[in-house]
This record gives sequence, C-alpha cells and structure tokens, in this order.
Amino acid sequence: MTRIKVLSAGPSVTLQDRGRNGLSAFGLSAGGAMDPMALAEARALLGAGFDGCAIEMGQMGGRYTADGDLIIALTGARMKAQLDGESLAWGQTHAWPAGAELEIGAATEGAYGYLAVAGTWQVPERFGAKSTHIQAGIGAPMTGGDVLELDPTPAEAGLGLPNWRTTATEVRVIPSVQSGWFGEEGRAWLERTVFVKTARASRMGAALSFDGQGVQSDHGLSVTSEIVSLGDIQITGDGTPYVLMREAQTTGGYSRIATVISADLPAFAQLAVGAQIPFKFVTLEQALAARVAQADFAKALRGRVAPVVRAPEMIHDLLSYTLVSGVVSATDPEGWE
Amino acid sequence: MTKIDPVLYPLGEDGLLVEFAPALSMQANAAAIACRDAVSALGLDGVTEVGSTLKSTFMRFDPVVLSHGRAEAALRDVLGQEDWSKVEAPVARAWRLPSCFDADFAPQLEEFAGLAGRSSGDLVDELAATPLRVLALGFAPGMPYLGELPAHWNVPRQSGLTPKVPVGAITAAIRQIVLFAVPSGTGWRQIGQAAWRGFDPDGAGPYLSAGDVLRFDPVGPEAFADHLAAGGGVLEDRL
Repeated sequence: MTRIKVLSAGPSVTLQDRGRNGLSAFGLSAGGAMDPMALAEARALLGAGFDGCAIEMGQMGGRYTADGDLIIALTGARMKAQLDGESLAWGQTHAWPAGAELEIGAATEGAYGYLAVAGTWQVPERFGAKSTHIQAGIGAPMTGGDVLELDPTPAEAGLGLPNWRTTATEVRVIPSVQSGWFGEEGRAWLERTVFVKTARASRMGAALSFDGQGVQSDHGLSVTSEIVSLGDIQITGDGTPYVLMREAQTTGGYSRIATVISADLPAFAQLAVGAQIPFKFVTLEQALAARVAQADFAKALRGRVAPVVRAPEMIHDLLSYTLVSGVVSATDPEGWE
Repeated sequence: MTKIDPVLYPLGEDGLLVEFAPALSMQANAAAIACRDAVSALGLDGVTEVGSTLKSTFMRFDPVVLSHGRAEAALRDVLGQEDWSKVEAPVARAWRLPSCFDADFAPQLEEFAGLAGRSSGDLVDELAATPLRVLALGFAPGMPYLGELPAHWNVPRQSGLTPKVPVGAITAAIRQIVLFAVPSGTGWRQIGQAAWRGFDPDGAGPYLSAGDVLRFDPVGPEAFADHLAAGGGVLEDRL
C-alpha cells in the first residue's frame, strides 16, 4: 500500500470518478468528474492500471508526496506541474519516485486538471462510487495533511497523448421541459446573446453574465419544483442564467430555458472565467449523434497514445534509460495489456 | 375529483417526464408514485432510473441501448392502463419518528397555531394522528416533503426567512411538512423537531422513499435525546 500525502491543496481538489447515477429521486445528484473526457485520457494513458478515479483540481492544484514509487498521468486542463522543481509535461505519464514532491499549480488553459495515479484508491464506495460529493457531504475537498492510500498497479512512464483539446467556440443546447415558457423570443435571445462565464462557477453550476435585456418565463417564479437534468440552464429570479452541473440540486423551482447537450458539457466545464459562450439549439437527434461520437472518440484515445519523443540533450539521466527493449505499438491494442 | 391528464415530455437527451398536473395535488402525486412503480416493474433494458417528483414520474435511460421511440412507447402503454384520476398511491413502507414539540424544539408552533386558528396542543395531536405520505425527496439527499394535512394547515410560508433551522426541524406551510436533513435557512415555520440525523452517507439507512408513510411520535426531551444517541433513524411502523 502506498500513502500519498497532501501537503497543500487548492480550494476544489477532490477524488472523482464517473459519479452515481440513479439517485436523483432520492435527492442525490450524480456528481462525478466535471470533465469525464479527462478520465478517458487517464484510462488511455494508464491502461488497466487506472481504476476510474482521479484527483480533480479546480483552477489550482496542490503539493503531494508519496512513500512509494508511482506512475501518474496528468490530464484535463493544462496546469503548471513540477517534480522536485523539474517541469512535467501535461497530457503524459511520468514516474513519481517515493519522496519526490509533486507540485501542481494554476491552470494555464481551462478549469479542471486531473492527477491520475496507476493503482486502486483505497476509498470506500458509498452509494456505488468513490467520488467526493461536496454538497451531499460524501467526502470533502482535500486539504493539507490529508493522507490517501492507493494500491499501486503497473503502468508505463513516458507515454503521451497529442493535445486534441480546443476551447469551445459554441455550446449546443436542446429544448428543456420548460423551454416553451420562454416563447420563440426566449429561444432567439439565447442564441443571439453572447454569455460570459463568471467566477461564480463550481461543481454545482456556473452563473453566466450578459449585456442587455434578459428574459423571464411566463410562469413567473411560483413554479412547483420539478426534476432537473444535468446541463439545464435555469433563469433565476434576477434573470441570471445558471447552468446546472454535476453537484446541482436534483429539483428546482426556477424555469429552465434549455439544456446543454452531454457532448458539450466537458468543454463547457473547462471554459475559463471570462470565456464567451454562444449557445446554439440543435435537435435531439443531433445531440444523440454527438453523444455517440464523443463516446467513440473517448474509446479511440488509447490508439493515439504514443511514447514521448524527447531530445536526448533534454534527458539529464540518459544512461539510466533502457534505450532498446520491447517496443510497444501505440496503435495495436493487442500490444497493450 | 380532479381530472388528471398526463403530459409526456423529453427530459434532456436521456430521459422522459410524465407530468400529471402543472402544480402539486394529492391526486397528481399519487399518480406519479403509482406510475413510477408501474414503469419500474417493466424492467426495461437500458433504464438507469425511474423516479417520481411532487407531480411527475421520470425515467432516465441510456439512449444507445433504449431509443427514445421505444422508451416513449413503453411509457404511453403504461399510461393507457390506468385511470390516473382515480389511482391510489401504493404504500410500501411505514415509519415513525420520535419528535419533540416542547417550546425549545418548536420556536414557531404558537405563531403557526394562531395562523391556523387552533391551539398548539390540538395541532400537535392532529399531526401525531395523521399518517403523512412522503410526496417526494429533494433539496438535500433523503429530505422529505410530507403531506397532506387538513385544510386549516394551509398557512402560507412566512415572508421573511428563518436564518437557520437545525437538522430534524419539522417545518410547516401550505398543508405540508418539510423535514430538514441539513441545517438551512427557510421560509417554512418550525413547529417541532424530530430526533433524526438526516442523510448519513456512511450509514446503512433505512432511507425514506416517495410513497412511504411517516408518522411523528411526540416524546419528551429525554426520549428525544435517547433516540438521537441511538442513531436518530426512522423506526418501522405498522402499515
């Protein structure tokens, strides 16, 4: 068993997996990683050594040491990372030797970075998942002094994924149950207005700002609470659009004008504060096609993993590398397990 | 009798919603719970959750495994099998919860009783004698909305907010009771406190479910403290 000690942590550092589905009628939202594609990247990079659970770091990382040798993958939003003062490239696997200090700083692009470690996290499953759900009090954000246990599994250092990520230039939406309450004018307003992601964004949701006149539902504010969907855009009492994310309440009394499609939620979650968001309505069929395409893309990530080519003069401990040994094909899945 | 006309909506890209009425009514709630059970019993492949809210039933599914078309056909089939204006809510389980209504535990009981036009003693007796249906859970995990109480309990929410009620607060308004699972500010008036610890993520339950019946069992402060010390869960009651 290897112990990972948290020396310090940013304000939103939590253990996350795919979350818990099927409990919204109980009042528990699914939770789970804000960017599930980052978990797919970790699975591609670490292979069978990944247990589906990674440390999610919102905006700011933390400092960590471990009492055993580990292999890590850094995925999701790019963050500044150093191992005992030496820079580590994002989107790659690295050896993390016992005692070395891993320091992960601020996000340089995006919002949520992930530190995945090859191994099985020794965290009890509660309601079917290991992930922390801050709002429900299932676990809590990490703070300095916390110790996590992990049963390490083999994985390979020196692998990388080409950076496929781009900043979202539009966010696709479909109608919600209550879209009709905003009329055609509401729909047109949502598509023509440029919204800006504000700093009031968390695992629960993100408030958006905009210039000009807002809209209100013709049902006003006295609405019987109804079940919400992940990605619903609710219009709050003062007209602020608020996108419901992983740890949102399960029911809400504010009218929802539209729902962000699942394929665009990871990119939406990764938008930095101040990013502009044009919304665009698509059909349910288009949303489902995008969902399937994203699932296929996630599965194919493994085929994109390749050994990282580094200039020999950049490798300070060149002689410690086994320069010729078994060659692993990055495209042949048989070569992996 | 209210005529119930269910309306079906897509719910995001992976769900369907059947709304039995635009606003909460006891009949719409009974229909939502009965429909939840009927849809669950279908055991459709690809379904990830079937649940109910105050006035609706919802079903979520993996749209790759179960198409929207097939999901909708299955739901319409269920909807055609009942007269939802008459259906009764099935009661699966009954619970009781030791609760204290002494002044220290019920800061707004006198005020509420005044608004309801009854004495506080009569109100507590009436509450204890009324098995309440869990209409829905929400706001916080495992937190029940309970109803429905007699007409004189139709007292609106207060215009101001109580800054904070404790876990277990029994709060009343609009013929309903909300039992708080987390400390919270609220516009509902606190008329008692249940010896209930709310949602315990490490606990084994039992947890309430919509359709269950719950009764408040008035006890003195000592029995209240004893029950909390023993874990503060709901106790099984006879149906």
